[in-house]
Amino acid sequence: MNSNSLRPPRTLFDKIWDSHVVSNNEDGTSLIYIDMHLTHEVTSWTGFETLRDSSRQVRRTDKTLAVPDHSIPTVNQADGIKDPIAREQVEALVKNTQDFNIPYIPLLDARQGIVHVIGPEQGVTQPGCTLVCGDSHTATHGAFGCLAFGIGSSEVGHVLATQTLIQRRPKNMKIEMIGKPGIGISGKDIVLAIIGKIGTAGGTGHVIEYVGPAITDLSMEGRMTLCNMTIEGGARAGLVSPDAKTFDYLKGRDYSPKGDEWDQAVDYWNSLATDPGAKYDKVVTIETTDLVPQVTWGTSPEDVVSIDGNVPDPKAASDEKSRDSIAEALDYMDLKPGQAITDISIDRVFIGSCTNSRIEDMRAAAAVVDGKRVAKGVSAMVVPGSGLVKAQAEEEGLDRIFIEAGFEWREPGCSMCIAMNDDRLDPGQRCASTSNRNFKGRQGRGGRTHLVSPAMAAAAAIKGHFVDVRDFFLG
Amino acid sequence: MKKFLSLSGPAAALDKINVDTDQIIPKQYLTAITKSGLGKGLFHDFRYDINDNIRKDFVLNQQPWTQAKILISGENFGCGSSREHAPWSLSDFGIRCVIAPSFADIFFNNCGKNGILLISLPNEKVQILMSHAKNPSSCEMTIDLNMQKISYAESEIMEFHLDESLKYRLLNGLDDIEMTLQNSNSIDMFERNQKKSLPWLYNRETSH
Repeated sequence: MNSNSLRPPRTLFDKIWDSHVVSNNEDGTSLIYIDMHLTHEVTSWTGFETLRDSSRQVRRTDKTLAVPDHSIPTVNQADGIKDPIAREQVEALVKNTQDFNIPYIPLLDARQGIVHVIGPEQGVTQPGCTLVCGDSHTATHGAFGCLAFGIGSSEVGHVLATQTLIQRRPKNMKIEMIGKPGIGISGKDIVLAIIGKIGTAGGTGHVIEYVGPAITDLSMEGRMTLCNMTIEGGARAGLVSPDAKTFDYLKGRDYSPKGDEWDQAVDYWNSLATDPGAKYDKVVTIETTDLVPQVTWGTSPEDVVSIDGNVPDPKAASDEKSRDSIAEALDYMDLKPGQAITDISIDRVFIGSCTNSRIEDMRAAAAVVDGKRVAKGVSAMVVPGSGLVKAQAEEEGLDRIFIEAGFEWREPGCSMCIAMNDDRLDPGQRCASTSNRNFKGRQGRGGRTHLVSPAMAAAAAIKGHFVDVRDFFLG
Repeated sequence: MKKFLSLSGPAAALDKINVDTDQIIPKQYLTAITKSGLGKGLFHDFRYDINDNIRKDFVLNQQPWTQAKILISGENFGCGSSREHAPWSLSDFGIRCVIAPSFADIFFNNCGKNGILLISLPNEKVQILMSHAKNPSSCEMTIDLNMQKISYAESEIMEFHLDESLKYRLLNGLDDIEMTLQNSNSIDMFERNQKKSLPWLYNRETSH
């Protein structure tokens, strides 16, 4: 499996793909082996149903891990799930994991949390592996140099039954970040700027490898945020080459290799980096030196602008279709062409989601709100990504900082990113959100979402409107 | 999977770009553990107002498109969430073919596994079909998958391309899992080899 000097130079993606091909089919598709499968309540039931209907078994019970996250409440979890339909769905997951003997992290377990937070936490996510989950934000795990992508429910059934997937080989795309961003610029700002540049279909059919000092400088949490939103750029998977930071994060975790196998694994992981001279089908370069905190203004993640910018004017659009599209977005968002982003007032703040609910996100937001108060009329909540993140934050006293500032401190789950539980916007409410999608109605029908980093969301909570968090620290 | 051979009926125009799967079927339909009835939630926020009254200004609430079998839309259709509820709701409503300049990857795969045909055509051609679809007297279209032809405006024909293997699976309603299980010797062999080279993926002792 190690690289062979006679072989043409290969990318990180090529190496992972090549080492997972079970067979190549005549039609150009390949049967790909899946090393790890994460699953949750919303997209798994039909996969298990298919197994039952055909009297099939799960091929590898040790390669799937299940956890409830999407439709669970984030308050009083110990009292159970009140919504009878959501409860039935979680109960179905419990029964399915029992019937098919799959490891399951229950709602009240300290390790429970958002599937894309707990995968890395448990060491399930490893370099050089293939990982899938019935959720588009599976791209998150690419932060570890793990080829990870979201799949549909039929494919969940396919993985359960066969531990493989039929896939067409995606193309290689490189996004090279030139220079290093200044202080106060997070992985979220970097990925929003990328999506603003390439558009929501910019990566379709490709796996994106992110390179450059701005990427290697990111913590593992920052890399996860970056890779998480790769899907918002249309690519199913994003990758960051594994390095010492990756290995330090993984060492000692539950699923991580132990003893001699750890050293063997690190040797292997070190062989995965893209070879010099390897070819990419598409290359995009982005200058990061002057990057400013980013805020979305519209109803697509590509509708993004710098905090010192303005809401676009549809009249300035290049063609009729984009003119209509901008006008429709502004109408939904109740914004005026040319309005300064810093003049946009907010009603709600949501800090959480698989994009930004890890310990570093909690710390970044807490550093902003420490000793301050949430602005009058603003309702703000923090939803840690897992029980372990919550416990760590509480050990550091971050929960007190948030609560004293007037934030709600919740229990882990997907919460207002997808609004499948009671955490949702009322019609017309405007939210500074650290989540990943500003689609119409995503956080509640008629709700208006602006995507930002945790520090920017925290600053907006204190001021009641968007503000450059970097100025915020200065005065 | 239900076979797809040919399809005839009204084509509805949804003249928007980047139609995401949250628009196709919103979150409140994701908690159930059944596929039936999802057609009611298809394009929910376009079809119903905030009080759940039917919005007469939306195409799928107008005759003859309440019986639409084909949908025509803009580029990057089906982006966003991986929810397979999107194809399930289209199919439950009666739409088994979507025509657009481009589709998001996960949605594309999900449709192929649910007997829904996605046809990508250059934008100019999509616009021709879109303009016919907007007119109740010319919105009737027929898709012949085997011949890879769309018939519209009574005598006009437009050809389309698609992946041969996908075509074969749609025409025959084939189950991917069954096909893969016929290959299980190769999977066994793969695992034996991988266990030798990457043993830590097999010798896990976890607390789970």
